[in-house]
Amino acid sequence: MKGLSFEGYRVLGTAEQFARIYYEQGADEIIYQDAVASLYQRNSLEDIVRRTSSEIFIPLTVVGGLRTLDDIRSILRSGADKVAINTAAIANPDLISSASRAFGSQCIVVSIEAKRLAYGKYEAWVDYGRQPTGLDAVEWAQKAVDLGAGELLVTSVDREGMGTGYDIELTSIIASMVPVPVIACGGAGRKEHIVDLLTQGNADAVSAASLFHYNYMEPLETLYMSSDDSGLRMGKQIDEGNVDYLKTRMCGGLPWTLIEPASITDVKQLMGDSGISVRQAITQPKSVQGTAGRGQA
Amino acid sequence: MSGHSVVIVDYGLGNIFSVQRALTKVGASDVSISHDKQVIEKADRLVLPGVGAFGDGMKGLEERDLIPSIHDYAKSGRPILGVCLGMQLIMSHSEEFGTHAGLDLLSGKVRLLEPGKDGRFKVPHIGWDPLESGDGLTSTVGAWDDTLLKSVEEGSFMYFVHSYVVEPSDPKIQIASTRYGDDRYCSAFRKDNISGVQFHPELSGSDGLSIYRSFINGESAR
Repeated sequence: MKGLSFEGYRVLGTAEQFARIYYEQGADEIIYQDAVASLYQRNSLEDIVRRTSSEIFIPLTVVGGLRTLDDIRSILRSGADKVAINTAAIANPDLISSASRAFGSQCIVVSIEAKRLAYGKYEAWVDYGRQPTGLDAVEWAQKAVDLGAGELLVTSVDREGMGTGYDIELTSIIASMVPVPVIACGGAGRKEHIVDLLTQGNADAVSAASLFHYNYMEPLETLYMSSDDSGLRMGKQIDEGNVDYLKTRMCGGLPWTLIEPASITDVKQLMGDSGISVRQAITQPKSVQGTAGRGQA
Repeated sequence: MSGHSVVIVDYGLGNIFSVQRALTKVGASDVSISHDKQVIEKADRLVLPGVGAFGDGMKGLEERDLIPSIHDYAKSGRPILGVCLGMQLIMSHSEEFGTHAGLDLLSGKVRLLEPGKDGRFKVPHIGWDPLESGDGLTSTVGAWDDTLLKSVEEGSFMYFVHSYVVEPSDPKIQIASTRYGDDRYCSAFRKDNISGVQFHPELSGSDGLSIYRSFINGESAR
């Protein structure tokens, strides 16, 4: 019932490898959050989506830099199952209704970045928590659904990258108000945070990035170190991505110690133990199982 | 590899490329997406995909004049698989936004999900839920042996995106059920060569892929 999603942002160069591993380890959905969309050529993002979608068979959501119906059509044709829009939706709310009419609301997600203000209010931000809009985030959430959003991706700007837990209140307010699923994003530092959110925050699904990236980083490096087979290029491709933040174990300017890495199996086990209906990871691929020092329950 | 020609019916709704990729992944060598009657008539396997509203789906088929071709195909005994909206279109009629006639390959109706009013179970239902065999009340060992679910274990989770569900007139054709709140609905059916699944096998990981593998190989769907 409860979904566990994964963001691949900050490591787009290695997105396919992470996506593959997360898929094989039991992720329920992959979210490609291209935080610096404008720095990449659109073609490059489409290529990554095309290669990923021929190998993973769970929902793939692409977030970032999609501004027009043509952008959305092109990414969907490349193999994304859903797109999430934020900046463009706020600048042009009609994009939500025209996109959900053209492609079906089930594939149009509206991403909401909410910054906590005084007195329990939240403001919608854009550009990955860099730009305030003056809009009330909760009112905007309702409007986005009225316009045809099929799901909401709700990120706490304050908690993103902090590792101190999700903003349960924010998630709860929006998830109990709207009739569509809410995926909560931003703040997981240990597996307990995920269970806290699902049991107290009414979220329909939860996404995490650093928690898992830290966990699965080491096995990838081991694969690279242990192989001189030119066919196994994970290590090489890791080098092409921005993984310095993983290697230096710094995250958002904070030391990594705030993050207690967890595997997907760990998290799902804890969810199950907490009475949350969840699809358990079943198959463990040999390529990861053989070398993973961590990442196994 | 399977040399059967598999045709995915394109009637303008839903992201059907993921269905094509899944079929290719499990070894189908000849997969096409088509709204050409002649291509559909010659297919060895037919997939009726789709996401969206029932009325739009039937309209899409009508506009392309595909309804007689699908009827002829189904009568020939070759395997046909309806996925999500495609499964619903196989039924006689739907109660979605008024009453719409369906393809009527199988007798039964399409009705709204009724998970209960406490608000915890949202409609549309989007997410992963497990399959139980038959009506979900009486477990039968080997119930899936002769169906597309033969490689799936009972209790496996599949990925759903829907607001409506099918209710076949003949409860015996229901091979799997899924619970959502207070509702327990038919999540897979099979009658002779006609199969349908309410979830998306192409988005349901390796268990989902095994359904397409069973569909393209062997005679399981006949």
